[in-house]
Amino acid sequence: MKHHTFAVYVEDQPGVLNRVSSLFRRRGFNIHSLSVGNSESAGISRMTIVVPTDPTGAARIRALLEKLIPVVRVEDLSERPAVVRDLALIRVAASHESRAAVMQLVQVFDGRIVDVAPASLVVEICASEAKVDGLVEVLRPYGVLEMVRTGRVAMDRGSAAETWQVAPGPSTSLGAGAAGAADGLSCSV
Amino acid sequence: MTLTGARILWESLVREGVTEVFGYPGGAILPAYDAMLEYPIRHTLVRHEQGATHMADGYARASGRVGVAIATSGPGATNMVTGIATAMLDSSPIVCITGQVGSRLIGTDAFQEIDITGITLPVTKHNYLVTRPDDVAAAVREAFLIATSGRPGPVLIDITKDAQQGSCEFSWEAASPDPRHRRDVPVPPESDISKAAALIATARRPVILAGHGVLVSGAETELRALAERTGTPVAATLLGIGGFPASHPLNLGMMGMHGEAWVNLAIQQADLLIACGMRFDDRVTGNLKTYAPHARKIHIEIDPSEINKNVTVDVALVGDLRAVLERLLPLVPSGTRADWLREIATARGDSAVRDIQSLPDDGHLYAAHVINDLWRATRDDDCIVVTDVGQHQMWEAQYYHHDRPRSLITSGGLGTMGFAVPAAIGAKRARPEAEVWAVVGDGGFQMTMCELATAVQEGIAIKVAVINNGFLGMVRQWQQFFYERRYAATPLSGPDFVKLAEAFGIHAQAVCARADVDEAIGAARRHDGPALIDFRVEQEDTVYPMVPAGADLHAMIRRPNPIVETASD
Repeated sequence: MKHHTFAVYVEDQPGVLNRVSSLFRRRGFNIHSLSVGNSESAGISRMTIVVPTDPTGAARIRALLEKLIPVVRVEDLSERPAVVRDLALIRVAASHESRAAVMQLVQVFDGRIVDVAPASLVVEICASEAKVDGLVEVLRPYGVLEMVRTGRVAMDRGSAAETWQVAPGPSTSLGAGAAGAADGLSCSV
Repeated sequence: MTLTGARILWESLVREGVTEVFGYPGGAILPAYDAMLEYPIRHTLVRHEQGATHMADGYARASGRVGVAIATSGPGATNMVTGIATAMLDSSPIVCITGQVGSRLIGTDAFQEIDITGITLPVTKHNYLVTRPDDVAAAVREAFLIATSGRPGPVLIDITKDAQQGSCEFSWEAASPDPRHRRDVPVPPESDISKAAALIATARRPVILAGHGVLVSGAETELRALAERTGTPVAATLLGIGGFPASHPLNLGMMGMHGEAWVNLAIQQADLLIACGMRFDDRVTGNLKTYAPHARKIHIEIDPSEINKNVTVDVALVGDLRAVLERLLPLVPSGTRADWLREIATARGDSAVRDIQSLPDDGHLYAAHVINDLWRATRDDDCIVVTDVGQHQMWEAQYYHHDRPRSLITSGGLGTMGFAVPAAIGAKRARPEAEVWAVVGDGGFQMTMCELATAVQEGIAIKVAVINNGFLGMVRQWQQFFYERRYAATPLSGPDFVKLAEAFGIHAQAVCARADVDEAIGAARRHDGPALIDFRVEQEDTVYPMVPAGADLHAMIRRPNPIVETASD
């Protein structure tokens, strides 16, 4: 089944994450990844939820999410071109002998070394999920000691997002917000 | 004006039009109960908080208004869960108010503290934990909006004791619902309406499937117009009963697991299903792979998440049923389906000879006869029947022919035993001018019979027909068909229900013969107060027809022909 990526705008309130995640649990969908953080509007968080399902299931998920009262807006980003990123921090064993090889691989994948210790390195990579998977694969023989990933975050390409307002209230320049976010990701494009 | 949170609660409820609440006091809700005395609210003291939620539900279903239940924290709140879930599954608008421990105690396992918003999250449309008096009014206003808008359902408001005790400035206007929390009713595009009209125009064997949405939307007139203009027969779901008059020539009756054979056969042979405010529940479809295999499907439904959930449809019209039918009607050409109706009539004739009503009085008392006699006695009057869950419920659906909307109240989706007596009390509160009968099995009756005390204390003149067969009858029937008659835990004894009712101060009598049914019903009706009849019916009687769970809808177990039903079955 295809992975569907939903962008879900929710009110930033206690318990909202539980409402959203509980919905997937009780309706029998499995969440592949879920990330949540601030959106461009104050008081509104944005979740990126990845769920393996068929198109009928995706339509139902969207309809079910929209019924939740704190959910402000739902987008199925799988329906159109989108920028999709996954951030990973990977602690790799790096002995004196292997260190150069590891650093070379990280460079090939456009990753960065963000911490160096006598016997290990911490690698940061922000890329597509598949590319992150690829780096992890090639690093494994050296010894992946620890890893943390954000799960997918996603935003559609182009100017589609500029045509709507999340909520009445303090106006936020959506265009500038979108551009800023794109800049933030440009390091790994 | 400055008011306590407790007073703001009642100020807000009164402004929402509430005059009746059903509840049970306790420590964490005491401030609210104390303030209640200052407001024009009639409180019905229940005997168990589950009863309060069923009463609120019965009140809502009988009237279309929001039913309100109130309880304390902890066990008071958890006792409400079954009633809330019942309302959720049957889309009934109720608002439940619970007390909560003081906000500083939350999370400490304080006395009678429970996370009721967490517990009820999957069985409410939405719920609120209110910890400040400033948030009480907004929560109440939103709760009523959410409970009644779109597809109705239950909302719970959990209010901490300090939020009830504390004071703040009360402003009704400032507490208007957050516009983000409104959900506009969807409006289907004209192109889809035209597509549906075209399908109807060319269909030769259409069937309308009328669900609960007909009643919720108030679309009875439009539904009837559609059926009559197009000569289309109408089958009802259990909760759709009453949305189309049973006496109408185009009425087929109830579909599904215990639907009559001609109804399910018509659906299986149809070339078009027009589903109106129903959700293709497994109890009405049987095996989805073989369900209505020749039919195109039009689904008119207010909840977009129901579209293509169980049955893939050709045209989905997401919106308010009445509004959609109003737009659809002018596009639908008038016509008749005489051949199709003749075909159905033939199947109907075949069933009639098997009907238990055709059986002469053989000395046995059958539940189906009791129900049918109750119908004949009350058919011309404003009568609401509230059923429990099980065999008697299906016999009611088959043999009480409802001509009016909201004249049958029953727990469909959750199938909650114990529903009938409290829901009947709620219905009677909502419609005091109506005659209200609780039709209940001896199993379900024993779950909530404590509410008889409520009826007596509050002077609520419900009539109770206990269909007493000494078994958990529907489960016994499944054991009979599917578990080689191994009656594990289904034989059921009970007290002498007549003596029991008399102990409550309720007029009661027992009936063992068919000849005595009419007189007993008449006496109960004439009695000016609550009354109970213990109908001691055939013990091992069976609801026919029956489509076994998951079987093809046309593969029903038919009534024996001719009927030979004895005590040994």
